[in-house]
Amino acid sequence: MTSNASPGAPLRRRDLLKLIGGVAGTTAMYQAMTALGLHAESRYRGPIALDGNPKGASVVVLGAGLAGLVAALELRKAGYTVRVLEYQDRAGGRCWTVRGGDRYTELGGFDQTCEFDRDLYLNPGPWRIPSHHFAVMDYCRRLGVGLEPFMQVNHNAYLHAKNAFGGVPQRYRHLRADFAGGVAELLAKATSQQQLDETLSAGDKELLLAALRNFGALDENYRYKAGRAASDRRGYAKDPGGGLTAEPVDSEPIPFRSILDSRVWQRLADGDSYYHHNAIFQPIGGMDMIARAFTREVGDVIRYGARVTDIKQSAAGVTVAYTDRASGVTSTASADWCVCTIPLSVLSQIAIDVATPMAKAINAVPYSPAFKVGLQFGRRFWEQDEHIYGGISYTDLPINQISYPSCGYGSAGKGVLLAGYTFGVHAYEFASLSPKERITKAVEYGAQIHPQYGAEFENGFSVAWHRVPWLLGCSGAWTDAMRAEHYEHLCAIDGRILLAGEHASYIPAWQEGAILSSLDAVERLHRRVIST
Amino acid sequence: MRNRLPIIRGLAAACCVGGMLYGGPALMAQSGDGTFSNPARFVPKDGERLYQSSCQACHMPAGEGAAGAAAYPALAKNRKLRTARYITSVVTNGQRAMPPFGPMLDDEQVAAVVNYVRSHFGNDYTDAVTAAEVKAVRR
Ligand SMILES: Cc1cc2nc3c(=O)[nH]c(=O)nc-3n(C[C@H](O)[C@H](O)[C@H](O)COP(=O)(O)OP(=O)(O)OC[C@H]3O[C@@H](n4cnc5c(N)ncnc54)[C@H](O)[C@@H]3O)c2cc1C
Ligand code: HEC
Repeated sequence: MTSNASPGAPLRRRDLLKLIGGVAGTTAMYQAMTALGLHAESRYRGPIALDGNPKGASVVVLGAGLAGLVAALELRKAGYTVRVLEYQDRAGGRCWTVRGGDRYTELGGFDQTCEFDRDLYLNPGPWRIPSHHFAVMDYCRRLGVGLEPFMQVNHNAYLHAKNAFGGVPQRYRHLRADFAGGVAELLAKATSQQQLDETLSAGDKELLLAALRNFGALDENYRYKAGRAASDRRGYAKDPGGGLTAEPVDSEPIPFRSILDSRVWQRLADGDSYYHHNAIFQPIGGMDMIARAFTREVGDVIRYGARVTDIKQSAAGVTVAYTDRASGVTSTASADWCVCTIPLSVLSQIAIDVATPMAKAINAVPYSPAFKVGLQFGRRFWEQDEHIYGGISYTDLPINQISYPSCGYGSAGKGVLLAGYTFGVHAYEFASLSPKERITKAVEYGAQIHPQYGAEFENGFSVAWHRVPWLLGCSGAWTDAMRAEHYEHLCAIDGRILLAGEHASYIPAWQEGAILSSLDAVERLHRRVIST
Repeated sequence: MRNRLPIIRGLAAACCVGGMLYGGPALMAQSGDGTFSNPARFVPKDGERLYQSSCQACHMPAGEGAAGAAAYPALAKNRKLRTARYITSVVTNGQRAMPPFGPMLDDEQVAAVVNYVRSHFGNDYTDAVTAAEVKAVRR
């Protein structure tokens, strides 16, 4: 793997960490790093206090996604006269939930009507909220949005690869336990064979061996093999029961080499990502519960169906031209200030009166592709037949993953799976198909993991984010080089205009980024207003 | 072993990151026309299949483009395609909301799809772009 230490050179502690990270995956590495106190803090400091009198100053907010809604709520509370212009007939932007009866027309005129049953839904965009996204969590608390646990990691879900294990999906718990066991056994062997003597003192070695035994479920000889210790991690061939024939039967680990060969280890650490850690949540009833809660607060100042086409400013104020989508009539809205949260993919095609550095920044950022498809099935076979309650199965098929609903467990009726969530080339390929063809493909691929698809599939709904008329993509695809050149210009106040949104954050493609960006913009704007 | 794995950098979008995707080239089952077989690169070689699995997502099946809050320009009967270098550069390096396709296409593939677009959808430009010309515009 990747150790920078040249052969024979003594391993330093940092190299050892790297080695552990490379071999054992991020969990081991993360554990070690936490011990070193390397822990990032959220930037959210609680509800903002915009003290001081804005003396009747007015703000026009462009876009009613979460960034726009937060700006509207906080500015109005601070005493500003606020107006919001929104392209769609609803607020929330990407914070969006599709339910039975909803109609959606994507770019190109392709139409879909969702046929899901009552109470079943798909979150085509945001679907989970890490507990360290303090701003989202706090607005949910303040606005009364109920949350429930999002099952990110389910040890009983699958990892699947077309050409690994004969194409048979493997339980995550098996691969997880067996990979950790294999790694621990190898490292224990290296330790016992004095191969780490230049790095570790005798005391270190003793501790490491004890730790490896614990980490990898090794037996007293530091071997990972079928037995009580391994079964306790990966599960049994026959679970312990009650009464007669209750004795458990140990299961047989998958050979370490087969796991290495399968490459499914690439997905083992998905739940170890900081953004996927437990506890992680979803709003009860759909992500748009957040948008609805905001709408209850500021819905009265939102002008819906208004397509912004031109943003002008002078020393005196800002004038925004917008077209009413129903009537085609163009009007203008004037204000002292403008907080523009229109995604850059759209804003790069709108005439906006800002200096060159900001204009260049607006034009610099392409949007990444993403595709989601939800399928409704006649029964919750994943629960009834396979004992998978929530969580995610990963595959190298183009659907990339299948996520089981984190709600309604055990209910008798129908169920909706997130039957594909994919990026990169496959997202373009899915987007290129008609909505109907996408569903056919998703069913075809998913059936390779769940054969019940054939008998149980009923209907489906897909969102290819590059076809979304008000966004043209998923999220800002910043690179480090782009950030170095453009980020500060993008976030600066240009005269009377400033930008906010997911794209003006270091947490792209997360709602937290949109909110933090908006709070930061609003605070800076307020300071400017108060000081002039 | 590392180098053989296609890596989608995910463009730093944390929730949109597939991370590494498994399956080295040896593992990739090719579907008939090469589509839906590689998560990191387009596989088809011919311009039409490339158009239909990439450009079509935005510029639409007949190159007619589409308009919502912003627009995908029509490639059909597009006078700006007269300059081969322009479309070659837009495809390879991107332009504003049009993502760069250079990282997902090799020089021959860029040439193939550019030549296809410039000679279809009511465009009739006969000066074909070569792979060497694509290489020259790559940034
Ligand atoms: C597939 C996907 C998965 C995601 N997963 C998660 C997740 O699990 N958790 C999470 O926290 N985040 C997730 N996100 C990211 C999250 O959705 C965004 O970061 C956040 O919602 C962006 O908010 P925003 O206000 O910046 O932009 P938006 O919500 O896009 O709001 C922009 C608004 O501007 C409007 N608009 C556009 N053009 C015009 C115009 N010309 N005139 C007037 N109005 C206009 C739009 O209609 C829209 O309402 C995901 C996103 C996607 C796409
Ligand atoms: C993700 C959506 C998307 C995809 C896929 C896409 N484009 Fe584009 N394309 C755009 C956008 C948006 C623009 C407008 C860019 C701008 O504002 O300058 C554009 C502009 C162009 C232009 C310039 C047109 C003009 O009139 O100036 C050409 C040429 C072009 N694209 C060709 C292609 C080709 C060929 C492909 C396939 C390899 C492709 N595009 C794939 C989004 C896309």
